[in-house]
Formats: sequence, structure tokens, C-alpha cells
Amino acid sequence: MMHQSMKQNRPPLRKRIADASEPYLYSAPALILIVAVMLVPLVVGISYAFRDIQLLNPFSGGFIGLDHFRALSQDDAFFGALRNTLWWTGASVFFQFTFGLILALLLDKPFYGRGLVQALVFLPWAVPSFLAGLNWAWLFNPVIGPLPHWLYALGLLDEPHNILSDPHLAMWGPIVANVWWGIPFFAITLLAALQAIPRDLYEAASIDGAGPVQRFMSITLPFLAPTIAITVLLRTVWISNFADLIVVMTNGGPADRTQIVASYIFTQAFKRLDFGYASAIALVLLVLLLVYSMLIVLLRQTMLNKG
Amino acid sequence: MRPGKLLLTGAHRGAILVYVVFALFPLFWLLKVSVTPNDLLYSEGVRMWPSRTTFEHFDFVIAHSAFPTFFKNSLIVSGATAIVVTILASLSGYALSRFSFKAKYWIVALMLITQMFPLVMLVAPIFRMLSPLGLTNSLTGLVIVYSAFNVPFATFLMQSFFDGIPKDLEEAAMIDGATQFVAFRQIILPLTLPGIAATLGFVFTAAWSELLFALMLISGNDAATFPVGLLTFVSKFSVDFGQMMAAGVLALIPACLFFLLIQRYLVQGLTAGAVKG
Repeated sequence: MMHQSMKQNRPPLRKRIADASEPYLYSAPALILIVAVMLVPLVVGISYAFRDIQLLNPFSGGFIGLDHFRALSQDDAFFGALRNTLWWTGASVFFQFTFGLILALLLDKPFYGRGLVQALVFLPWAVPSFLAGLNWAWLFNPVIGPLPHWLYALGLLDEPHNILSDPHLAMWGPIVANVWWGIPFFAITLLAALQAIPRDLYEAASIDGAGPVQRFMSITLPFLAPTIAITVLLRTVWISNFADLIVVMTNGGPADRTQIVASYIFTQAFKRLDFGYASAIALVLLVLLLVYSMLIVLLRQTMLNKG
Repeated sequence: MRPGKLLLTGAHRGAILVYVVFALFPLFWLLKVSVTPNDLLYSEGVRMWPSRTTFEHFDFVIAHSAFPTFFKNSLIVSGATAIVVTILASLSGYALSRFSFKAKYWIVALMLITQMFPLVMLVAPIFRMLSPLGLTNSLTGLVIVYSAFNVPFATFLMQSFFDGIPKDLEEAAMIDGATQFVAFRQIILPLTLPGIAATLGFVFTAAWSELLFALMLISGNDAATFPVGLLTFVSKFSVDFGQMMAAGVLALIPACLFFLLIQRYLVQGLTAGAVKG
């Protein structure tokens, strides 16, 4: 490939082109796949938001402008779902993160059998999400699951009934299942970040007389901050899009109390077969998540600049 | 040991135990339901272990249902997806880790955005695209779709693994006359084997549990994967929970085995990446 006979000191043109195109050659196969199977359908999907697309209705398909969005602005079910999404995502991320961080801190200390324990506590991550949902729905059912009886014994419930059919408590069912399922993700990434912190920092801090709490606040947390920011960002986005558990466990009920935007889209698309309206809702969700992500990225940037 | 330290160690082990029980109890319940005879399913519904156990659900699922086909299809789809994604993500992750080039931030932004939109939005367009190509109702179609969905995250994962390997290694090889691709293949890839194992496992489990597209792109039993197969238990046999849970237990085995093997590489690889980044 190389022209050894070239006289200039500058590398020959062909080599310069080859060098410049090299990173593109490495990333091309992945990019082509993403563009063909995700980006192009996304653009088509976005166009559906402005069209009347109903499966089983051969007369649909026309361009209707912003009609879906006008309908959406008056759709109380949508705004209810938006509130539920905030609640579902906020609570899920908060508990997954808190328990994930505690687990990572516990596993960061060497002890006998750590490898085995690590494998066991990370196992829920490998369980298919809808199977996890089915299984937790069983656990919450007083006829065939023990949880309502335990909650009753602890005085948390007045009687051992199914919280999935209680409008005030139903959301906790999918949230608990989601926390169970998602703790390993945070624990794995945070544990990796913890193990990358140089140990001598802690020793130096102990010699200077810093207590455990002080060491955690001034060494561990600052070191973890970038990882925390990026994992919380990714998880928040994933969880707000994550309808599997809710669809399987409550299907949005009772009385729409567990309907989140993602499950509402699912209902519109596959129960009412109204793909146009579903795409319009999905587009709104996408824009909200983009805005949220940009805020987090900006926040992370300012944090990195300060540090 | 001082009593204070003893107490601390005790609290540490106690907390670990709570986590292990919390992680395993739902899986135990799955197993319990799958070995409970039908007549005891409700009468002994809340007992920790049924007074009689049976393997009839497993028997039925293996010998008299289409489950072995579903299982085989799932293995093919998840295995092929894991291999395709790992190859593509190694290449693109290497590009993001080792080169600085103009489009890099656009590529990262594109991959981040793909993590953001509801995949439900893509069902109808993808169906319309694949249908004329004859890729609906085919395992190949599923592999293509799953590969695209998993490549972005796998790329970030592989990038963090490559970031953990010092650049000097391939620079030395390139001074000796190797091209960068040869250096990548012969020096860097073997060093990233734990990372590759982690990515394989991660993608395998993700593809193994995907339901939405499996449901939408496949009709008929021949090409159905096991999540779709589990749903047929709901409709066909008027929700036979014992059989369904038995199928669930069987379906958990490969995903869990794979995950048990790779989870420590996941932590190791990410640690190596974090050291540098």
C-alpha cells in the first residue's frame, strides 16, 4: 500500500487518505446498522406522528398536520401518565441507585466468598424482564404469594390484600420489581468505579485523621461523581421508556393509576392500533428525554470543569 | 478483634445476607411454583415449600409442547446477536477509544440518542421495511434488529475496555512495521478478552429476554423465541401457571449460566477503563 519511492517528507496522499479514513472504516459497520435499523425507522416513525395511521383501517394514512398534538394537549390520560412517569422513574432510579451504591460499597470490601456473593446478587439482571414481572405479580397476590401476608404481619397493610389492585399502592408493585431487577446495573458500574480509586488516598486520609464519613465524602463521592452522573442519566432514560413490568403486572390499572407514558404508547399502538397517535406521544416523550439529557450533560460538564 | 470491629464485620455480613436473600427469593418462588402439583397450587399457595413436589410440569414442557423449538430459536437468535454485536462493537469501540476524528462526537451523540427513544415507535416502520425483504417471520430478521438495538451500548462498553489498555502496546508494534489493524487484531483484542466475554454475555441476556419485537415480527411457532412461547402458555392452556413457571425456570438456565460466567469480567473490564478515564 505504501509508496516507498515518494520523495517528499509528507506522507503520500494515499496514505494520508487511508489514515484519515481509518476510524470511519472501524465504525462504519456499526453505524450502517444503526442508521438502517434505528435512524431510518425513527424518521419514518416521526412522520407517522403527523399522519393518520391506523392499522386495520385502509382509508387511513393521510397527512393531518398537528391534529395528534392538538388532541394530545387535551388528553387527560396523557397528563396523568406523565405524572405517573415522573413518580415511577424518580422512585425506581432513586432506590436502584441507593441500594446499588450500598451494595457496591459492601462488595468493595474483601471477604470470604465474595466472588460467589457477587455472582448471586447480580443474578436478577439476567432474568427476562417480563418473567420478572410475572413472578412479582405472583408474589404480590395474597392467594399464591407470601408478600401481602408479610406486609400485614409487619403492620404495613390493614389486611393481606393485593396491592396491585389498590389504586393508592399499585405503583409500588412494579417499582419494587424494577428495583429488584435494576440494582445489579448500578452495583456493577459503581463497584467498577470504586475499585479504580487509588487505595493510598484512603491511607493518606486516615493518617491525617479523617473518619470514615469524611473519607467517603471527600474521596469516594468525588471519584464516583462522573460515573454516577452518566449511569443515572442512562438509567433515567431507560426506565422512563421501560413499560414491560407495568404492562405485565398491572397493565396500567387500576383506574390508570400505574399508566406511564411508555405503557400508554403501548396501549395506543397495540390495543387501539392507532400508530399515528402513539407516534405523536412517543415523539413528545423523546423530546422531553432529550431536554433532560442535555441538562444532565451540561451539569456534568460544569462539574468536571470545576474539578 | 476489638468488639467495635467485630460489630462492624457482623453488620457488613448481615447486610450482604439481606441482599442475597432479596436477590434470590423471587427466583426461589419461581422454582417452588414450577414443582408444585396443580391441585396444591392454590391450597398451599403461600407455603414456603409444597407438601408434595412433582416434575410433571417440566415433563410436559419438554416432551409435549413446542418449547424445545422456542428454546432452540432463542439460542440461535441470542447467540448470533451476541457474536455480531461483539464484532461490530469491538471495531467501533476501538475507533472511539484510539482515534480522534471529526465525526466522533456526532457518532457518540447518535448512539446516545438511540438509547432515548421508545422502541415501540419503531415497530411499525421496521415491520414495513423488513416485510418486502422476507425478513419478517425469520430468525435472521430478529438477529438484525436485535444487533442494531444492542450495538450502541456495547460500543460504549467496549470503548471503556479499550481505554484501559495502554496505547504504547500497539505503538510499539506499529514501529515494528505492523499496520494498526494488525496491531489491533493480534495485540489489543487478545488483551480485551475479558471485556469481549462481558459484552457477549451482556448482549446475549438482552437478546434472550426481548419480547416486543419477537412478538411483532414473528407469527407462528416455527420461528418464535421463548418469550413469545411463554405467552402462548397464557392463551393456549388457560394460564397453566405451573407449566409456565417450569418453562420460565428452564429459560432462565442459559441466561443465568452465561451471566454467572461473565459478571466478574464486567466489573474487571469496567475498572480497567475507569483507571484511565
